[in-house]
Amino acid sequence: MVQEANAVEMRATYSRLIATRVTIIVASTVILVAVILVATSLGAAGLSLKSVFNAILAKFLPVIESDSLDQTVIWHLRLPRVIMGVIAGAGLAVAGTVMQGVLRNPLVSPFTIGVSSAAAFGASIAIMFGVGIVGSGTYLIIANAFIFAVACALLVYGISWLRGVTPETMILAGIALMYLFSALTATLQFFASELQLQSVVHWTFGSLTRANWESILITFTILAVSFPFLMRYAWAMNAIASGGDDVAKSLGINTSLVRIVSSLLAVLITAAIISFTGVIGFVCLVGPHIARMIIGADHRFLIVYSGIVGAILLVTADTIGKTAFSPVIIPVGIVISYLGVPLFINLILTRRKEYFQ
Amino acid sequence: MILEVKGVQFGYKSRLVLKDISLNVSGGEVLSLVGPNGSGKTTLLKCMNRILKTQKGTVFVAGRDVGKMKTKEMARAMGYVPQSANSSFPLTVFDTVLLGRTPHVTFKVNERDKEVVFSALTMMGLEAMAFRTFNELSGGERQKVLIARALAQEPEVLLLDEPTSNLDLRHQLEVLGTIASLVKGKGLLAVIAIHDLNLASRYSDSIVMLKDGVIYATGKAGEILNAANIREVYGVDATVNGDSGRPYVIPLAPVANGPQ
Repeated sequence: MVQEANAVEMRATYSRLIATRVTIIVASTVILVAVILVATSLGAAGLSLKSVFNAILAKFLPVIESDSLDQTVIWHLRLPRVIMGVIAGAGLAVAGTVMQGVLRNPLVSPFTIGVSSAAAFGASIAIMFGVGIVGSGTYLIIANAFIFAVACALLVYGISWLRGVTPETMILAGIALMYLFSALTATLQFFASELQLQSVVHWTFGSLTRANWESILITFTILAVSFPFLMRYAWAMNAIASGGDDVAKSLGINTSLVRIVSSLLAVLITAAIISFTGVIGFVCLVGPHIARMIIGADHRFLIVYSGIVGAILLVTADTIGKTAFSPVIIPVGIVISYLGVPLFINLILTRRKEYFQ
Repeated sequence: MILEVKGVQFGYKSRLVLKDISLNVSGGEVLSLVGPNGSGKTTLLKCMNRILKTQKGTVFVAGRDVGKMKTKEMARAMGYVPQSANSSFPLTVFDTVLLGRTPHVTFKVNERDKEVVFSALTMMGLEAMAFRTFNELSGGERQKVLIARALAQEPEVLLLDEPTSNLDLRHQLEVLGTIASLVKGKGLLAVIAIHDLNLASRYSDSIVMLKDGVIYATGKAGEILNAANIREVYGVDATVNGDSGRPYVIPLAPVANGPQ
């Protein structure tokens, strides 16, 4: 009888726990939508939330009346920036969650395996010499950054392939390449002119200023295509992250395949985003931790949730950066740390201890 | 139902860790693997369920070649219980045990999966801590969670890697007692890599004694746990008492010039 009572209680608690996680996700989505609307209304020309609403809806429902100037400002200036912020924040945080999970290490992100320094090197070559593999002008920089980032990741896989694709070999090979590409970029900067140096450094700050509908379409497509695959591996990531490779294998999971496919997708997402925005590092590393502290380490929820948290963080940071010292716009790559670090330290101090053990 | 290991060989680079290992275990039996550190107990266990790839030899479960099974099929046939370690990204106890359903589900967890998890938790007496985080638990509790996870796989074979190494006396008895009664009650079979000869003696139907990657002796506890074997395999002088068929071993001192 006691056992049965316990079992009933266990079932009720389980349903409650799942309901709580779903509620957290729904509530955070509502917050994200609110943040998006507020971010769209704030800027050099102050717009009311109502006019933001109307301008957005008017595009789809011609019956709604909206000022045509408002529409131009919102559809050409504000929305691209905010939506790119959502995609970048979500994509980078999801990529970080996946990397931390499959490499079973809370200190890694796609940046740990050299993706950002390789992208910076690719961008530097394009900025300084105007040479690259495809494209011209701005596209040359974007394409170069992307190609070098992906090439760096492939090198990491190549090196670790020779020793078995374990987290240790991937992280070590990645760190080595990260230093190599940083040195290469520094070498270029050493010989650069003042003007070149300025644009290279500016690129590495990471900003949403260059966002447009085209960059949104490209990054969104990559994120949308990768996402179902990552979700499909959520179970496998739970096994690898919480139990380790031996346990995952004993549960019938092909650990090398999961590790390669999901980290490659994480790298693609990251590379696509940072080749448009420049380096935005913080969301990738800390976004997943904030999400994990709130919703737990079950990747079936965590992957989605880290995306929401990342998007909220990045859009909020960018909004602060663009309004705090207006008309000067502080790049989001800088502001995000000022916003995220206090939040993160607060979580470290207030959360349960066993998370860190 | 029977587990058969035939001529298994495994090695790293030039060093062979297991040489031509063959053994049989029948349903309802507990087999203990004993031997000093580095003798190949854990390696043999991991070769059985393909965590490590054998270089030669075959493992059969109920006549089916494990090497030819799909990975999920293999995971439905054999449950693996590792030594309990801290988890870098700890799940709740429930979710940890739910992982045992991996070979049965793709993404969506159905009612039956939940039932299996609830009953595995109940069987191991973990109801009260089902929604605590894995890392919050004590060593004994964690070991029980890992066993519950293996049970949730609904396997025919349980492979356990030193399930008692971090446990106090009471938890040692509880954990091994539970395994023994599961094996008898459900007709499973268990292979346990274990250091403690007295626990092996008490709970095993048969014991395999490994030395340097080969089987030195095999048989019932009463047949092979004797002073001569322990001296030869461990390099330790010991008194062996009891004649109930489950002797107990009192180690005395390392033998001079014995195996290192």
